[in-house]
Amino acid sequence: MKPFLIRYLPLLLLAIAWEVVARLELVSTTALPPLSDVVYAGIAMIKDGELINNGASSLYRAGAGLGLSILIGGTVGIAMAWWKPVNVVAAPLVEIFYPLPKSALIPVTVIWLGFGDGSKILLIFLGCMLPVTIGAFNGARSSEQALVWSARSMGASRLRMLWDVVVPSAMPELLNGIRTALALSFILLVSSELIVAQKGFGHLIGSLGANGSYDAMYAVVLTVAFLGFAADRLYLLITKRTLAWRD
Amino acid sequence: MARLVPATPGVVPDGLPEKSARFIYRLLWGFAHIFSILALAAAWETLARSGTFTPFQLPALSAVLERIWSDAIYGDLWINTALTLYRALVAFAICAVLGVLIGMAMSRNVIANWFFDPIVSVGFPMPKIAFLPVVILWLGVYDVSKITIIVIDAIFPVIAATVIAIQGVERELIWSARNMGAKNRELLYQIILPAASPQIMTGLQVALPLSLIVAVVAEMLMGGYGLGGAMITASRFANSTSVFAGILEIAVVGYVLVKVMSLIRRRLLIWHQEANAPSTA
Repeated sequence: MKPFLIRYLPLLLLAIAWEVVARLELVSTTALPPLSDVVYAGIAMIKDGELINNGASSLYRAGAGLGLSILIGGTVGIAMAWWKPVNVVAAPLVEIFYPLPKSALIPVTVIWLGFGDGSKILLIFLGCMLPVTIGAFNGARSSEQALVWSARSMGASRLRMLWDVVVPSAMPELLNGIRTALALSFILLVSSELIVAQKGFGHLIGSLGANGSYDAMYAVVLTVAFLGFAADRLYLLITKRTLAWRD
Repeated sequence: MARLVPATPGVVPDGLPEKSARFIYRLLWGFAHIFSILALAAAWETLARSGTFTPFQLPALSAVLERIWSDAIYGDLWINTALTLYRALVAFAICAVLGVLIGMAMSRNVIANWFFDPIVSVGFPMPKIAFLPVVILWLGVYDVSKITIIVIDAIFPVIAATVIAIQGVERELIWSARNMGAKNRELLYQIILPAASPQIMTGLQVALPLSLIVAVVAEMLMGGYGLGGAMITASRFANSTSVFAGILEIAVVGYVLVKVMSLIRRRLLIWHQEANAPSTA
């Protein structure tokens, strides 16, 4: 417990500094409401269900988009490493679309699927797919040739080799790619909801800011930031367990 | 060394056929490379003309290219591109300098490390774009707030890469430099920073596209000039040809930035062994 406390003491100090600066009104309290007010506003929003409802729809969008991108992106990446023709067709497309700032797709997904869930899921899927694809591709490509050969000499079929040798050895890099995609999914979710949405965290932040309830706005911002952080830590915990066989 | 070995006669009986075979192979490979891009463009054009989608849902590629051309003639394209690039690149420069400085401080100073380590480890995975409304509240809707939010988002990969890079410098290098009488300052500038530079470059290569992503989002939310602002204005007026033109323009800018960055990397790290290794970027 003690090393934990010492380690995160700077964050605590920052929080105290926030409270003190706001209470002494060194800056305007509209720009920086005291942290305690923010916490109260957050608790009030949890009680009346506003935070939970919007949060659930945001997490649904992020989860669906990310799930699709892992499924399809992972398959495409491994196929690119395993079958030359797939690589010839897909590699130039990946190379062209990878540097595209994915936020540019926000207006187009709205044109295609409107203001609701569909456009956000499509955006998150498109944005998160390429990091997963590239991770799977790099991982599968670097699977040790000796392992592939020995599997073949032991009479494994091509499909069997794919499943038993290539996919497991692609796993570390694939999981790394998914971690990038996880962070990206939060970024895309919040930015698309800030720009066009009728519900969700981003929409809540935007409408609270427009109404001038800044303490509530801060509460939602901190909630989103914390969720992004918690999701990453949880993911690391799970992958560490999944990759335990490697050491 | 291989060049010093005389060519064994008989292995390659005649240089010419082998050369032309290689040329044809490279030609075919190059064609395969652009084939899928051309196919995508052709599919877009025919799908848009076939009437499956309305021109609002999918304007023809030719119409989009025409729009880009007219934007270029009227000068809007250059103003918007220049503004977006200005915001993204100024913020990127701040991230590069400040990020490397903080990273260096963290790996050399216990107190700096104690203070920044939890901030970086908590702040890195956060979706910092959520702070955009707060930044607007503080700094308004002009360039300062846009550049600030980009810095907040893109500085973390630079700090993290710098810290990891400096930690990863081989102990033997530092010991031998010390042994030969290097002072702390010399050690930092002549040994540690050069040895850490490949990984720091990798951090910068993550930060650059991130700067562009955030620049576009910030412009979209705040409106006004810039590639993102122009796109969101176009989409408010249901002008989907301009929206698609915006995507193509932003895609080209992003592609060029990433390519230039990997070129700079090759130039700067030409002394490093990685320059000889085949690269995928």
